[in-house]
Formats: sequence, C-alpha cells, structure tokens
Amino acid sequence: MVELTLPKNSKIRMGKTWPKPEGATNLREYRIYRWSPDDGENPCLDTYFVDLDDCGPMVLDALLWIKNKVDPTLTLRRSCREGICGSCAMNIDGGNTLACTKGMDDISGAVKVYPLPHMPVVKDLVPDLTVPYAQLTSIDPFLKTVSPEPAKEWPQSYEDRQKLDGLYECILCFCCQTSCPSYWWNGERYLGPAVLLQAYRWLIDSRDEAAGERLDNLEDPFRLYRCHTIMNCTQACPKGLNPAKAIAEIKKMMVERRV
Amino acid sequence: MSDMRTPLNKVRGLGSAKDGTGHFWRIRLTSIALIPLSLFLLGWILSVGGASYGEVRAALAQPLIALAASLFILISLDHMRLGMQIIIEDYIHGEGAKVTLLMLNIFFAVAVGAASVFSILKIAFGG
Repeated sequence: MVELTLPKNSKIRMGKTWPKPEGATNLREYRIYRWSPDDGENPCLDTYFVDLDDCGPMVLDALLWIKNKVDPTLTLRRSCREGICGSCAMNIDGGNTLACTKGMDDISGAVKVYPLPHMPVVKDLVPDLTVPYAQLTSIDPFLKTVSPEPAKEWPQSYEDRQKLDGLYECILCFCCQTSCPSYWWNGERYLGPAVLLQAYRWLIDSRDEAAGERLDNLEDPFRLYRCHTIMNCTQACPKGLNPAKAIAEIKKMMVERRV
Repeated sequence: MSDMRTPLNKVRGLGSAKDGTGHFWRIRLTSIALIPLSLFLLGWILSVGGASYGEVRAALAQPLIALAASLFILISLDHMRLGMQIIIEDYIHGEGAKVTLLMLNIFFAVAVGAASVFSILKIAFGG
C-alpha cells in the first residue's frame, strides 16, 4: 500500500539518551530505532555513546558493544559478522546494508540505525521477513529436471557456469528488496529484486529444464513488471550484485520467447 | 475475520496473469516510433513559424503532414495510456477505484484521439 506518512502508531518519538561511558574520551554517537511489541508505545529513537577505544570498527561491533555494555534489551539479528549470512541487514545512515561490513568511518555525524524499511517490525532492529521468504519459495529456488538423472552429476560447461557469477553470491539479506519503492507499494504482489534475481539465477542455469514454466510463473503485470528500473536495489546491494540487470534479463527472455 | 492462509498461499494468490509482456513491448515500440515522428513534426512546426493562419492550415492539409500529425497524436496517446496504466496500478490499491481509473484512462485516450484525428481530417478534407 502507498503510505506517504507513517501510521499513527508508527510515528517515531525521541527516546532516551543513555549516559556516556565513564572516562571514555573517544566517543561516537548512535541513534537507534527502538520498538517493543510488549509496551504498547510508539517507536522511539534512543541515543547511545560508544567508546571507540573499546570497540571494533564496524557498525555491528558498536551495536553489540551497546548490547553488552549499556543496554541488553537492544534487539538485533546477527550471526557470521563477516557479510556471508545476511542476518544483520538494516538501514544504516539512510541506506540498507549489512551492519557487519559497514565501517563507522564511512559515516559522518551520529550513526542512525533503523530496521529494514517498510517491513513489519518484530522488535527493535528485527524485521518480519515472512513475506519475502514465501516469495522466494514461490519461485522454486532449486534445480528442476525431467531427464533421467545422470549417474554422477549434471554436467555444465565452463562458459555456462560463468553465467551464474554475480547471481549465486546473493546471501538473501533483502537489503535490495526493502529498498525498492515498487516493493514498498506493491509488496504483496510484486516479487521484488532479491526474489527476481534468484528467479533469474535458475532461469539462466544451463542444467535447469524448467525455464518455460518459470517464465510462465513470472509473466504477470505485478510479479515481474512492477520493476521500473529505479535501481535502488543495485545501489543497496552490500555484495555489489546487480538485481536490476537480472530483472532486465528476465524481461528480455519474456520478449524473446514471443517476438 | 482473521486470515489463516499460509504466507505461500497469499503470495501465490490467484496465480500468474501470464500477461504484461505485451504491455512492456508496446510501450517500447511506441517510444521508438515517437522519436522520428516528434523530430519530423518539430521540424515542420519550426519551418512554419511566423506563417499566417491560412498558410499553416494549408500546410497541415498536405497528406504527409496530416498523416504524420495523426500518427503522432495516436501513438502519443497510446504511449500515455500505457504509462498512466502503470501509475494507476502502482499507486491505487482499492479495487473499485483502480478499475474505474483504468477504464477512464482508456476512455480519455480514445476520446482525445478521436477528436484530434477528426480535427486533422476536417482540415485536410474540409477545404
């Protein structure tokens, strides 16, 4: 749905300013979105001060420093802390990215941290990603074949394998998905850049025998054609991938099979 | 009433419309067609700059100019209709309002197209 203003219960208040750590001289200010499902309050922005002499260089280091040393109720997802699991995707300094690979040095002024935009919030920085996961399931993200299975493996030429480069690296953090205005307005029906990049990854796989069926499933004014090449997806991707190009390639396949 | 359908059920919805590529192709086709038509008509308009009403009317009655002007208007309107359809689908979510606006969008393009072509034909053949 188009929502140009936040609903009443989502308007963000100024929250608490937590005390500066004692004796610390090298401080960095953090403003972090807080919301709890339990207290019936509107979300708020809490201010924290991080002691940089006691903390790693990444935004995730600072968030965990706050959680460990200042406020244990701060809630976030994280796992690998090296940009491969996609858990710590959030909106930092106005852009969707991974907290673990975003250096504090890249940001000027107070570091503002929000959950991924336009998703329901579970708590604090944790978004509810049920819909994007269901959308991923809907495109059958696995190899589909009909031919009898070979004794060893499905062979693929070196050139055909190279076509998967720039696609297989996606870690499904949904930074691109939640940066896309088309996805904000029509997220129930538009599949979104992350899911369409995955769809293309299987469409272009030389071993997959279901390309036609996959294209049939995508050919829809909303599922695919809500993409208007806004390119926020490509700008957001923390892995440097290009979902907009993958979507354009799907559209080319659609035209190719009928013109 | 709570919705107890699974997330996958909701995402699959009523299935794929198996449509949209025609629209995608047509909006590009009309864009390409409009490049030479716009340039030609722009050149013509500049060339009749300062001419009297009667002279412009006579020039517009020439078959080539009348044909180019008609094509330009019809293709622009089609292009506009396709673009406006995207905007309506993007931003209007109430089913009733959406269907009404999609209808009005088509009616508007057809009405303006009919009036414009009628005017050009009247100039071309009306003497």
